[in-house]
Parts: sequence; structure tokens; C-alpha cells
Amino acid sequence: MKRELLKFLLFAVLVLVAPLAFKGGYLLNVLVFVGINTMLAVALNLLLGYAGQISLGHAGFFGIGAYLSGILTVTYGWNPWLAMPFAALAVGILAGLIGFPILKLKGHYLAMATLGLGIIIYIVFNETVDLTGGPSGLSGIPNLTVGSLVFNSDIKNYYLIWTFTLAVVLFAVNLAGSRVGRALRAVHDSEVAARVMGVNARLLKVQVFALSAVISSLAGSLYAHTMTFVSPVSFGFNFSVELLTMVVIGGLGSVYGSFLGAALLTLLPELLRGAQDYDIVIYGGLLMVMVMFMPGGLVRGIPDLFRRMARLREDAGNA
Amino acid sequence: MQLEQILQYTFSGLSTGAIYALIGIGFSIIFNATGIINFAQGEFVMLGGMLTLFFLEALKLPLWAAIPCAVAASALAGLLFERLAIRPLRQPTPLNLVIITIAGSILIRGLAMLLWGKDTHAIPPFTGDEPISIAGATILPQHIWILAITLLIIAVNKFFFYHTISGKAMRACSYNRRAAGLVGIDVRRMVLFSFVISSVLGSLAGIIVAPLTMTAYDVGVMLGLKGFCAAIIGGMSSGMATVVGGLILGVLESLGAGLISSGYKDAIAFIILLLILFIRPQGLFGKAESERV
Amino acid sequence: MLEVSGITRVFGGVTALEDVSFTIGQGSITGVIGPNGAGKTTLFNIITGIYSRTSGRVILEDRDISGLPPERLARLGMVRTFQNIELFDTMSVLENVMVGLHTKSSSGLLACSLKMPWSIAEERRIRTTAMKWLDFTGISELADETAGNLPFGKGRLLEIARALAMEPRIILMDEPAAGLNSQETLGLAHLIGKIRQMGVTVVLVEHDMELVMDVCDRIVVLNLGRKLAEGTPREIQENPEVIAAYLGEG
Repeated sequence: MKRELLKFLLFAVLVLVAPLAFKGGYLLNVLVFVGINTMLAVALNLLLGYAGQISLGHAGFFGIGAYLSGILTVTYGWNPWLAMPFAALAVGILAGLIGFPILKLKGHYLAMATLGLGIIIYIVFNETVDLTGGPSGLSGIPNLTVGSLVFNSDIKNYYLIWTFTLAVVLFAVNLAGSRVGRALRAVHDSEVAARVMGVNARLLKVQVFALSAVISSLAGSLYAHTMTFVSPVSFGFNFSVELLTMVVIGGLGSVYGSFLGAALLTLLPELLRGAQDYDIVIYGGLLMVMVMFMPGGLVRGIPDLFRRMARLREDAGNA
Repeated sequence: MQLEQILQYTFSGLSTGAIYALIGIGFSIIFNATGIINFAQGEFVMLGGMLTLFFLEALKLPLWAAIPCAVAASALAGLLFERLAIRPLRQPTPLNLVIITIAGSILIRGLAMLLWGKDTHAIPPFTGDEPISIAGATILPQHIWILAITLLIIAVNKFFFYHTISGKAMRACSYNRRAAGLVGIDVRRMVLFSFVISSVLGSLAGIIVAPLTMTAYDVGVMLGLKGFCAAIIGGMSSGMATVVGGLILGVLESLGAGLISSGYKDAIAFIILLLILFIRPQGLFGKAESERV
Repeated sequence: MLEVSGITRVFGGVTALEDVSFTIGQGSITGVIGPNGAGKTTLFNIITGIYSRTSGRVILEDRDISGLPPERLARLGMVRTFQNIELFDTMSVLENVMVGLHTKSSSGLLACSLKMPWSIAEERRIRTTAMKWLDFTGISELADETAGNLPFGKGRLLEIARALAMEPRIILMDEPAAGLNSQETLGLAHLIGKIRQMGVTVVLVEHDMELVMDVCDRIVVLNLGRKLAEGTPREIQENPEVIAAYLGEG
């Protein structure tokens, strides 16, 4: 347990200090997105990596959080600090209700069902023009404020977002090493044995599904209030696939792996500035390579690689 | 509501439904032979249309030559996909298979975009575009081509699976892989066949519908998903049940778009998908399976 | 303790079990034997809530448990082990047993994630208790090993340790001696004796006749989905119908 705490503190310090290294405003803006994507990837990982349930529709929950927060503040004048938890609660209830029938499905069928769900949500965003502004999006979303402090610059948004992200990471790390985390992994490894041990697998899956939806909704609300503008295109199937890629590349079942995956996939398009259109080919290629050669993700694959190289060197030395 | 309008919607629904049926059969063939849901199926549909365009415009082939070339090229793509992406997979868990087939579909889509750009293109209809009037509704010649070719493909399908050795071998694999292997059927080759056949079916579907709906690098996504929906309604059968599933889906979608709202047209397929998966996951015509440990 | 009454199970056209009834006494060790295909595992799966039955009842300590799912049965004191051992392969040996303590602990999702003090204390208790059960089955030195890497015999012991951690009233073991060598089987017999001494009722499905005759108080014989005979080991060994069933007629 001490080790986990130490790892987290190290991570937190790194996060808090990072802006000092990146004086330039633009990269800081990207790091804000890394924070949001880390929250989303960790949320998806709880469902995918720990409980072993595939979801290809998580961008939908992200979107509902963003739109609910946006609509409540812009159209109905709510305080953002009220809109965010309200949205999270609404998404939690929705996910809980949908979770019961959807999580009866397994494997490919679950993947397709969540895919369908995500697309239905996306279509609703596009069609309910009166509420959401349709394809042209919703603008004028207010920034979050604390007293006289308004979160409207990159550096302020960075600390705002990453405070929440760090909280989510700590939450997930605690959960993973606990009784409930074990029950989750047990359900993943052998659902029948977990049930024989008294784990209510069905209920647990729904709980994790709802939890991961709530976190995604929170990320969505934060996204809305920092961007001040949202449009459906950010919440479609492509983004759900991107999230899946982040989790898989980072390493299923590893919270810090999700951060790695999120960081890599958020920074990659920035590094590929010139090769704009190649990005989707690269995602596809990356995913394939990872699944074929490093199914455990970077978090397991890289140490493995070093170990194998060290052994090769050893063998060469002994030969 | 005018009867003619409903008839119109029904006709166009039947024709899109036939397309969904063909794509759905492609999904079922692979699923039955391997247990894999090929998320990239839609991309073969896209390849059919785009490759035909390529052979027509870049190589200036006439239509009757471009089509077989496009189908052959798609079959090759299917073969490569199975060899390079599916077979080498060390841990074929459902998650890994989902990811690999999604990755494959992204890759194929990306390559298509790089090669042919993002524009939509039109392919000339097979025999012109003079509308034909039936009972007050109009249909285009292409609609007739679609229905005719679909029927032909279904007949060929039935013949192949029930009256040829390879077809029966593939059915054997779908019922019990291990037993099939034990009686000397090369299961791995059957898996390869299933991918090739599915890519042929998919590309044919893409080709016959392209004159009506245009083609572009990203048409595969929605078509693939709706084809999957047809397969689910049909209980993953590679025969009549999926055809009926596709037709039902096409007609419901068309009626829904025409009578209720066209913006939500795509949502109809997915709502049906969810309903079937929740209420009757074995499809409308399948038998329920008992839970085995 | 456990009463099986008129259990019938029909799968499509096949009658796997027909009107099987017997009673198991508290604190006893009962063996269920029969030739392959007799329906033993089907019966087991019905009793333990994994299959549904076509008709009949299962009664545990005067409570009708017919059709209850495994997670409910766990809280009523019933646990089972599997023929092919169902371990949590990616978790450590100790963690596997800690899952066995799921019903003996209660920290929920929020309490665990927020590291509430009572959940921390409970976690410590779960860990120590789990170690105790590893000691009981003699595999405590493997505590940090990944369960998926264990040799089969040790995996079997782990599964039993995990099941015992639940402090069940009755444990049903599906072919526990399968895949064990003779030395390991002796160890198993000894372990079953220790389990009985704790007051736990034991039911075994088994093919290893030596183990069954050695360890069991009573034996139930199934053949072709029906109960063929019931009695002490000696009675069963001398029953001509049982002998015929195993060796075939003529």
C-alpha cells in the first residue's frame, strides 16, 4: 500500500511541476487535453481492463456530460458548479438503467451494443437542434469560477483539470487494490468462480459501468467549461475508438498505463502536425501492432522488452 | 398517408434492405466459421465501390470489366486481412479480436482516404436511370439490379453451402470446429475462405448500391453496422433469416425516415439492434441457447 | 443438511437426470459416483445454481434453494470447486483466497475508493485471514505467485483454500482428485478429513474409487441419469447392479 501512495505522490508532483518546463502556451493547452483524456481513459479502463467489459460507446457519456453542463448553464443560467454534479448524477442513473440489460451481453455482442448506444447518443446530439445547436454546436459556455478567480487561461485550466484528474487517478488506484477491485478482476478472470465466491457479478458490472460513465460525464462537463464550445463531432464513434486505443496501448488494468496511452495519443497529432491526414492510418497501425506484439500494453511491454534485451546481452556474454 | 408514398418507401426500403442482407450474410459467414465479428466488414463494401471507380477512371476499363476486377481486388484484400491481422494473433480473446478488426477497418479506411481523397464519387448505374413506374411508385433500374443480383447471390450461396464439398466443410466448421478438424477438414483454410467469401459479398454489395448512394472512403462504417444489425435480426444465419432481417431493417428504416423523421434514420437501425440484443439475442428466428459453464 | 428431491433435467431431447433424490447428513462426507455420462456434473451444477432444473427441489438446511444463483448460495453457506479448477489466473495466490473472503467483508465501492478507515482495517483483516487458510492447505509459501502459473496440484489446493475461506457449511467438490498423482491424492484425503473436523459437510463427485471408498461415509451411485444405489462404501462395493453398471452387462 505504501508503494502505491509513493507512486501517486511522485506522479502528482510531476503533474504539478510540469507547466514550469513548458513555458510556451500552446503545449500547455495540449496538456490540458491530456488531463481530460486521462480521466476518460482511466474511466474506460475500470470497465475494460479491470471488469473485462468492452465498451465502444464511451464518447457518448463524455458528450452527455458536456452537453448537459453546457445547456444547463447557457440556456437555463445554472451555476456550472451545480450543473456538473447534476449532469454526472443524470448520466450515472442513465448508465445504471441501461447497464442492466446491456451487460447481460458478452464479448462481441456487448461491443456492438455499446457501439450502437454511442451512435444513437451522437445522432441525438445532432438532431435536437433546439437544445444542442445541432451540428454547429453550442457556444458561449461559461468558464468555471471560484470566487473572483475565473478559469479562462491555459495555465489556470491546467491546474483545474489536473486537480480533478489526480483525484480520479487516486480514486482508481485505491479501488484497484481493494476488495471491490479484486472482485472486479475476479469477475474478469472467471465470472462463474467469482459468483460461487458470493460476488454479485451482474450488479458489480453495472456499478462499474455507471461509475465509469459518471467519471466520463465529469470529464465532459470540465471539457465544456474550459473549451466554452462543444459540437457533436467530438463525441462520435471515432473518439470512442480513440479512447479504446489509449487504454489498450497504455495497458489494460493499469491506471498509470491509461495516462501513458492518453498522453501518447493526445500528443501524437501535435507531433504529426505536417502529416495531418495520416493520423487515422497511424492509429490503426499502432493498434494492430500493439495487440499483436504487446498485448499487455506499453506499461507491461516496455519493461518486458528491456528484460528480454538484458537476457540477450547476458546470453551473448556467456557464449 | 398516401398508399403510393408508403409503397415508394417500401420499395426503396427493400432495395437498401437487400444490401444490408448481403453485408449481414458476410458477417454471418465469418462468425459461423470462426466466432469472430469482423468489424472491418463494412470496409470491404466500401472497397467494392471505390475500387470499381478506380478501375473505371484510372484504368479506363469498361464497367463489365471493372466490376470483376474490383471484386477480385477486394477478395485479395480479404485474404491479406485474414493472413496479416487475424491469423498471427497470439491471444484471440474477444477483446483482442474486436480491437484488431476495428484497427483493420481504420487502416483500410485511412488508406482509402490517402489514395482516393475524401470526396464522394458517383458510379454510373448499370443500365441507365430511366425511372419505372409500378402501382404509382417509381423505382430505378438499379433497384431491379440490386434485387436481382441479391437473389442470384443468395441462390449461389445456398448451392455453395449445401451442395459443394467446400461449402459443407465450412458448415461443419461452424457447427463444431474440433470435430471438423478431426475428420480432416483444414479448419485454417476454411477460416481463410470465410474471409474471402465475405469480402466478395461485401464488395458486391458496395458495387450494386454505389450508383444509387455514391461512394466515398467512409461509407463502410454505417453500412457495415447496419449489415451487422441485419445479421443479428437473422440470428447470424448465412441464409434466408438474415435476408429477411435485412429486408425488415431496410423497410423499417425507410418508412421511419419517410413517415417520422429523416434525421433519425440512422438511429432506427441501432435502436432495433439494441432491442433485439436485449430482448431476443438469438435473433427473430433463432433458438435460445441454454447457459453452459 | 442437504436434500435433493426428484431432480429432473431435460436438455432438448436428452433426459440428463430423471427423478434423482437423496439426502446428505450434516457433517458427513458423501461421494457421488457413476460411469461417465451418468449425470453427476449436471446434478452438481443444478445443486450449486449454475444450471436450472426441469423439475424437483433442492433443500439446504430446511430452506428451499432450488434455482437460486451461486452468489445467493454463497451467502447461505454453500460453496463448490470445479473439475478444471477455476482460478483467478491473473491474480496472486493470496489474492485468490482474499476473494474467498468476499462474503465475510463488506466495504463497498465508495468506501474502498475513498480509503475509509474501516475499509483499511477490514483489508488488513482479510489479508491475515487469507494467509491462515493458505497455511491450512499447506501452500502459504506460494502466496505471491501468480495463480495461473501454479502446477495443477497446487492449483487444486488453492481452489480449496479459497472455498474454505468462505467458512461454508457445505462444500461440494467436483472431481477433486482429477489430475492428482497418488501422493497428492493422499494429501487430499487428509485435507478432506481436516475439513470434516471443522464441522463442514462434504460432497464429492469422484472417479477415483480408492479415495471415495477411503474417505466417504456414504455413497450415491448414478447411472444414465437415475439414482442406481445408495449406501455405505461396503454396501456399494458389493452391490451387483453397481458392478454391472461400471463393467457393462454380459
